[in-house]
Amino acid sequence: MSKSNFTRRGLLKTGAVAGAGLAVPTIFTSSAWGFTNEPKGSTVTLGFNVPQTGAYADEGADELRAYMLAVEHLNGEGDGGMLNTFSSKALKGNGILGKKVEYVTGDTQTKSDAARASAKSMIEKDGAIMITGGSSSGVAIAVQSLCQEAGVIFMAGLTHSNDTTGKDKKRNGFRHFFNAYMSGAALGPVLGKAYGTDRKAYHLTADYTWGYTQEASMKAFTEKLGWETVATVKTPVGAGDFSSYIAPVLNSGADVLILNHYGRDMVNSLTQAIQFGLKDKVVNGKQFEIVVPLFSRLMAQGAGDAIKGILGSTNWHWSLPDEGTKAFVKSFGTKYGFPPSQAAHTCYVQTLLYADAVERAGSFNPCAVVEALEGYKFDGLGNGPTEYRADDHQCFKDVLVVRGKEQPTSKYDLLEVVEVTPRAQVEYEPDNPFFAGGELGECNPGA
Amino acid sequence: MRGLERKDFILLAFVTAIALLAPIILNPFPADSPLAQFNAGYPDLMQRFAIYGIFAVGFNILFGLTGYLSFGHAAFLGIGSYAAVWMFKLLTMNVLPAVLLSVLLSGAFALIIGFISLRRSGIYFSILTLAFAQMSYALAYSVLTPITNGETGLQLSLNDPRVLDPVNTSGSLPFPSLFGIKMNAVAEIEALGRVYQFPAGYYFCAVIFLIAFYLSMRIFRSPFGLMLRAVKTNQTRMAYTGLNPRPYTLAAFVISGMYAGLAGGLLAAMDPLAGAERMQWTASGEVVLMTILGGVGTLLGPILGAGFIKYFENIFSKINDNVLHQWFSFLPDGMEDFVVTILHPFVGKGWHLTLGVLFMLVVIFLPGGLIEGFQRIGRLFRRRPKAGKDDPEHHPKPAPHVAE
Repeated sequence: MSKSNFTRRGLLKTGAVAGAGLAVPTIFTSSAWGFTNEPKGSTVTLGFNVPQTGAYADEGADELRAYMLAVEHLNGEGDGGMLNTFSSKALKGNGILGKKVEYVTGDTQTKSDAARASAKSMIEKDGAIMITGGSSSGVAIAVQSLCQEAGVIFMAGLTHSNDTTGKDKKRNGFRHFFNAYMSGAALGPVLGKAYGTDRKAYHLTADYTWGYTQEASMKAFTEKLGWETVATVKTPVGAGDFSSYIAPVLNSGADVLILNHYGRDMVNSLTQAIQFGLKDKVVNGKQFEIVVPLFSRLMAQGAGDAIKGILGSTNWHWSLPDEGTKAFVKSFGTKYGFPPSQAAHTCYVQTLLYADAVERAGSFNPCAVVEALEGYKFDGLGNGPTEYRADDHQCFKDVLVVRGKEQPTSKYDLLEVVEVTPRAQVEYEPDNPFFAGGELGECNPGA
Repeated sequence: MRGLERKDFILLAFVTAIALLAPIILNPFPADSPLAQFNAGYPDLMQRFAIYGIFAVGFNILFGLTGYLSFGHAAFLGIGSYAAVWMFKLLTMNVLPAVLLSVLLSGAFALIIGFISLRRSGIYFSILTLAFAQMSYALAYSVLTPITNGETGLQLSLNDPRVLDPVNTSGSLPFPSLFGIKMNAVAEIEALGRVYQFPAGYYFCAVIFLIAFYLSMRIFRSPFGLMLRAVKTNQTRMAYTGLNPRPYTLAAFVISGMYAGLAGGLLAAMDPLAGAERMQWTASGEVVLMTILGGVGTLLGPILGAGFIKYFENIFSKINDNVLHQWFSFLPDGMEDFVVTILHPFVGKGWHLTLGVLFMLVVIFLPGGLIEGFQRIGRLFRRRPKAGKDDPEHHPKPAPHVAE
């Protein structure tokens, strides 16, 4: 007779234990394997967190347009835009992993606090699996660290400070936009060619993180040319009137003014500098020049005639000849009636990149997405061959040096591309002193 | 009952009940209904309700009782936040030392700022406090960047010392906790076919809020509170009776500054980041709005006001055209577009507009704030049964018929 271990008591015991195990509230079991806001139904929610009020509201509005367009294309509506030119063919226009893409929007007010509150409500209340947006580096950094803690992916919008992928970089955060260091590296040689190597520069700098890194980068690259930095003056953000800062420039002996300003600040300071007649002055036997390191079409529109002949750098411009740009400008133009800004472009691309990474990873799990994006090389999204570097989650690609057009043909055709600076020239080591001090940390799936 | 009259005890019990059951009360709509948009019962917003409730209650001690209108209370909110985050960075992730330091530090700052500002009263006092707050904001934004990290805001980082905590080897940032209970922990309980979330962070805030509310109640009912009311009613007369109002007002200023610091510390404890915008004049103005909207000088008013404003900021700003179209999809197409166009300026980014209109309506028709509105409604219901009661001895004689 074979000996069986089955006893009635044993069976009852096992049954009780198994029953208790099954009866454990689902939260414990799901939290052990899942991740924050794992999409369970037939839809997936993305959170678009952009400034709808405040100094960067124009950029925010354009970003939101781009996001809505991206959602349309992901869900297979419209003409597909850049999905047709994207080098990865993982996206099929049936949502992400077959789930229909839905979105929630929020207002960052260009304030870190409000932006975090808005992002938090998207994560906690609306179940957003990814947060994207922002039009200022302070906000981007604040929201990026929030997403790291909450365990969702953050795809940065327009943020140009070195810190976003420098000392404040996070494993869950990714930046497609270029940065202040790249602006300097691209602009430096062009400035040397255009204005000579014997120049005296005067900096007016927006008094916050982005301004500091922008100023430091420009200083480093212009001094490498042989330029001398006469003075660097900080101006309060949103000052409106810059006349008291511009007047001393004339008496300083400087022959180049570098405006490390963005948004409405740049529009105001540049317009006022032109009104002061700086561009018509001859100092040290040389024509006085003005440089705006970070240009955007929206700002050019605001500054009007003042931008004619001014050099600057930009991430992308709608007049580029490649297929990706053409496709995007076409579908954006058809929907809204005017060409997209660089902010809109970077936001659109970030959304596609996220969706593509999920599709390739086969999972919404943030850690899988991080893995899929790190070191990912792609093309066809308007900037030529691009790589998401694994060391700091910064995209490396060509940078555009642009100049304000003397003879604009329309109110959107304001910038002409002077040079496409190749990626190799703007690339840097991850431990570059401008970016040192931060750590990516571990990826956090939350839950 | 702990030095409270029966009426106050009932009020306290009522507030306690609401605070503790908030995760249920604030989630009246099932998650899949179109009205779920209006649910406010998610951890972040509930925490904000409690924290800004503390802020407004403290502000009301100064403004409601003494009538001194400070336009610079956000400075203390910011100081509290910075103090708390520094404690997280240097000492430990436990929230108690952080909150304690933020209260003490903002109290010290309030003493200095109050001592100077209270030499003047009325509009001059308001301007002085505003100047101090803007000064703190400007300092935090640029000059003090090494301490405050400027515009980016002060954040935790992996290589902070945190001397009392065990060495962190996990590679991810620690989260503020109370003796091991993480502030972002959430217990989910299923009941009545719904999942309710009970966040640890919220309950920590709620308990502190209740303590703060109880304290403010005691201050309102104390002889000290009476003195503060005397300052508001007639300061000159008070001085003639031989009482020096300055120590009383200064004490009230410091207390309300400490309340603000406590709120700031809690904000940082729930979300370890301190930004300079917290000190901006808009933040100072917000607490004035909260207090006036809810009802100046009442116990419950400022809390109501705080809740209202935060609700608008977080819920109304998230309603976009898409959501509107969903709601009105039952209407014929032309009608739907029309209704959405009409409502569009009032939701989403237009939430300021809705709040502004509401604020005007309240100030014009309910000068006592929302609380007055509730009182009026309450009276409406209370009077009716009284009118129906028969008093056999005292009732008006029926008017004689003239034609008889």
